[in-house]
Amino acid sequence: MTVFWQLVLNGLMLGGLFAIISVGLTLIFGIIRLVNFAHGELLMVGMYATFLLTTQLGVHPYALAPPVVLLLFVVGVLIQRFILQPLLEARDHHVQIFATVGLSTALINLALLLFGADIHSTPAYGARTSLTLGPFRILTGHVVMFVAGILVVAGLHVFLQRTYLGRAIRATAQHRHAAQLMGIDINRIYIITFGIGAACVGLAATLVAPMYPVSPTVGTYFVLTAFVVVVLGGMGSLHGAFIGALIIGLVDSLSGYYIAPDLKEVVIFAIFILILLVRPTGLFGLGRGSE
Amino acid sequence: MLRLERVSAGYGRVTILHNISIEVNQGEVVTIVGANGAGKTTTLRTIAGLVRPTEGSITFDGKDIGRLPAHEVVDLGITLIPEGRQLFPHMTVRENLLMGAYTPRARGEVDQTLDFAFSLFPRVKEKLDQHAGSLSGGEQQMVAIARGLMAKPKLLLFDEPSLGLAPIIVKQVFETIDKIVATGVTVLIVEQNVFHTLSIADRGYVLENGEITMTDTGAALLKNDHVRRAYLGI
Ligand SMILES: Nc1ncnc2c1ncn2[C@@H]1O[C@H](COP(=O)(O)OP(=O)(O)OP(=O)(O)O)[C@@H](O)[C@H]1O
Ligand SMILES: [Mg+2]
Repeated sequence: MTVFWQLVLNGLMLGGLFAIISVGLTLIFGIIRLVNFAHGELLMVGMYATFLLTTQLGVHPYALAPPVVLLLFVVGVLIQRFILQPLLEARDHHVQIFATVGLSTALINLALLLFGADIHSTPAYGARTSLTLGPFRILTGHVVMFVAGILVVAGLHVFLQRTYLGRAIRATAQHRHAAQLMGIDINRIYIITFGIGAACVGLAATLVAPMYPVSPTVGTYFVLTAFVVVVLGGMGSLHGAFIGALIIGLVDSLSGYYIAPDLKEVVIFAIFILILLVRPTGLFGLGRGSE
Repeated sequence: MLRLERVSAGYGRVTILHNISIEVNQGEVVTIVGANGAGKTTTLRTIAGLVRPTEGSITFDGKDIGRLPAHEVVDLGITLIPEGRQLFPHMTVRENLLMGAYTPRARGEVDQTLDFAFSLFPRVKEKLDQHAGSLSGGEQQMVAIARGLMAKPKLLLFDEPSLGLAPIIVKQVFETIDKIVATGVTVLIVEQNVFHTLSIADRGYVLENGEITMTDTGAALLKNDHVRRAYLGI
């Protein structure tokens, strides 16, 4: 029984990390209506940035959160402004999706060129030491992920509900023509939204870096899981992404132990297909957009 | 105040409006009358900056606004209350109203403008915390008008405010429009209920297949044989 609860604990902690990655993805989907296939590669960029800065400057990865978050925000802003927005005029939304696929491939190859295919480990500075909690053991780094996950989701929730800019972002998602009539510059909203989505991944990168080694394709694993989370929670739903992340974290942890570590991705994708068949709108999805 | 000169506009390669010229002076109520598909909505959307004119010029208070994006047009004081209300369905009524006051110009005076809106729509005040999507059609139209007022417009564009409403609600909508007009806001209105709008309008334009075919005072158009036959069904 202790094993079970230990696994539950691990799963929830992991869920915190999935939550941070998934809220960025779901935000970009819900507001820009764009499936960002380069999301994982943004994580990879953030992880390399963390790796480089930590090894070069000898700074704790967590202390790098502000600069890496800022870096990814800027990268996100530039991608939306100079790659995706010009394609908006192409009218066909598929063009933008292909652009993110192309961007993903380009970033992977760039990383291969710069860092090679080898994996690099970021110094953990104690993030991998475990704390004892009664009968349970838990990694410091995992606790940090969980707490950060809750803070990010809560922070975004307050931002979207309580500030003019946050409300403008929601308004744009709900009715983009009407939003323009209110005086909202929707292109600016898209740029900020993509920036925020990328910034979330930047934070995730500093939290993941001490726990997992970085390689050019590291983003794929995390973001494929995040796609499942987003679909489970309901595309575009913030709290859906949070609940979905915790569920997928649990599934990941439990199936890795009770079924087989190699099969946990199979289990997660079986769930993915099941949701699409049974409830394509996910747990908290609003169904089709309101326009 | 507002002047469209030989404006052509449309969607993609299809031109809907051909060389239309319209003028609205400060303090006037002007109406555009036309059949379904004549291009009335397109005209208002072009003024609001949602549709780009392909030819001609649009000036507002002497400033060329023909190339401005919609959000900048709002900031200059032109507000469109769109056909079909277009509220933010998953936001509360209060949030919808706050969005109306999004521009820096309007944001500073939210409280006063809210009070003004409530004085016109006491019912809206009771529904502040409800989601806009859960309101009845009539209530939604009231919120849409109130939201438009929140922008502190100098020129208010109405697109079919009575569309799809029960006759008794239509009457209320017209009463509030009359009250808004009485406050001195300049109004350009498109309405299927031609009789009412022509009676409150200073001037009117008749739009047929994307062209202005006639213009006169509201009173004169009400007496015009062609208008009576085509739009008043008399
Ligand atoms: N988004 C659009 N894309 C392409 N064509 C459009 C679009 N919106 C309207 N049209 C076309 O433009 C023409 C004019 O439409 P518009 O909505 O301006 O007419 P209207 O006078 O407002 O009609 P109604 O009384 O039905 O509201 C119609 O033929 C319509 O099919
Ligand atoms: Mg119309």
